[in-house]
Amino acid sequence: MSTEPTEPTEPTEPTEPTEPTEASWRTVRASVVRTGLGVGVASGAYALSIGALGVAAGLSIVQTCALSVLVFTGGSQFAFVGVVAGGGSPMSGAASAVLLGARNGLYGVRLVPLLRVSGGRRLVAAQLTIDESTAVALANEDRGRRAGQLGFWVTGLAIFLLWNLGTLVGAVVGSAVGDPRDYGLDAAAPAAFLALLAPRLRGPTEWTAAVLAAAVALVAVPLVPAGLPVLVAAGVPVVMVLRHREQPYVDASERDHHGAPEGSEAPEGHRPAEEGGR
Amino acid sequence: MSDGATLWVAILVTAAGCYGLKLLGLLAPARLLEHPLAARVSALLPVSLLAALAAVQTFATGTELVVDARVAGVGAAVVAIVLRAPFLVVVGVAALTAALVRLVAG
Repeated sequence: MSTEPTEPTEPTEPTEPTEPTEASWRTVRASVVRTGLGVGVASGAYALSIGALGVAAGLSIVQTCALSVLVFTGGSQFAFVGVVAGGGSPMSGAASAVLLGARNGLYGVRLVPLLRVSGGRRLVAAQLTIDESTAVALANEDRGRRAGQLGFWVTGLAIFLLWNLGTLVGAVVGSAVGDPRDYGLDAAAPAAFLALLAPRLRGPTEWTAAVLAAAVALVAVPLVPAGLPVLVAAGVPVVMVLRHREQPYVDASERDHHGAPEGSEAPEGHRPAEEGGR
Repeated sequence: MSDGATLWVAILVTAAGCYGLKLLGLLAPARLLEHPLAARVSALLPVSLLAALAAVQTFATGTELVVDARVAGVGAAVVAIVLRAPFLVVVGVAALTAALVRLVAG
């Protein structure tokens, strides 16, 4: 993981639509690494509570840590521990946990053209395919494929390290560390996702997709098990595209967009919508 | 309370199932997204995913919708985003605001 000193400012100039220069890549790389590590810290702090909850539910410290290393997808782990803590059978906990893990498969399908991994790297990438790594990868994809890939790996590895460290600490010291919510850490993760979302809201289509997806997810919260609302919201772009299939689609990168911050459009190329689009 | 062996079996089943689903996605052929309709869906997927994650993590506690200090934190983050603050400042402002609101509200 890169630990070089980072430039103090974000890139403000859109990069030329060619291979980025070495200097601009360094700026992009520094910004992607900062984002990945930030999301890693914000999300990894939750592991303190999964560690404490696991032990409280009757798992041993080793079992609680094994859950984080082997399952490594927060929603599923909370579901498993929740069922066991509530007196349910561990196998029914496993069933709901695996059901919640289905969305990671969807993320994988979307990541295939970006990551282009095979062999051993694919086996490692699979374990790191979770909400956060996918979100950072896709949020940086249009700054170039290298930026998207870097976002995936930095975020995935940072979270893997901090998630398991946090689980161990949480399992050993339990509730003595206090509630992560006291430090506002539960507001850090959604703020990180909004910060990643903002530069992508370039036109009415993106705004519509974002607002509808948020609304659908919130409506789904009381109706389906925790973790599934995000999967339900993934149906929003499907419905939007099917409803407007007869209209030509204009990709956001082809429209005039106003003030996308952070130089977020460095079209090194490979935008699925372009190469497969009409 | 369950005994250790049962728990171990359930943990390993969960791990195998979750890993299998992750790997299955990455084994999909890249041309799956080359169909024009699939490409347009996948172009809109990131904004949908990010917006849904942000909304759920702001308002959901388990399967309940609640308004608590997180809303203040995320609201402060929105202000920071509008002011073009760097990423880590946005995240820090959100955490600090939520923590302060909890401290004051007791």
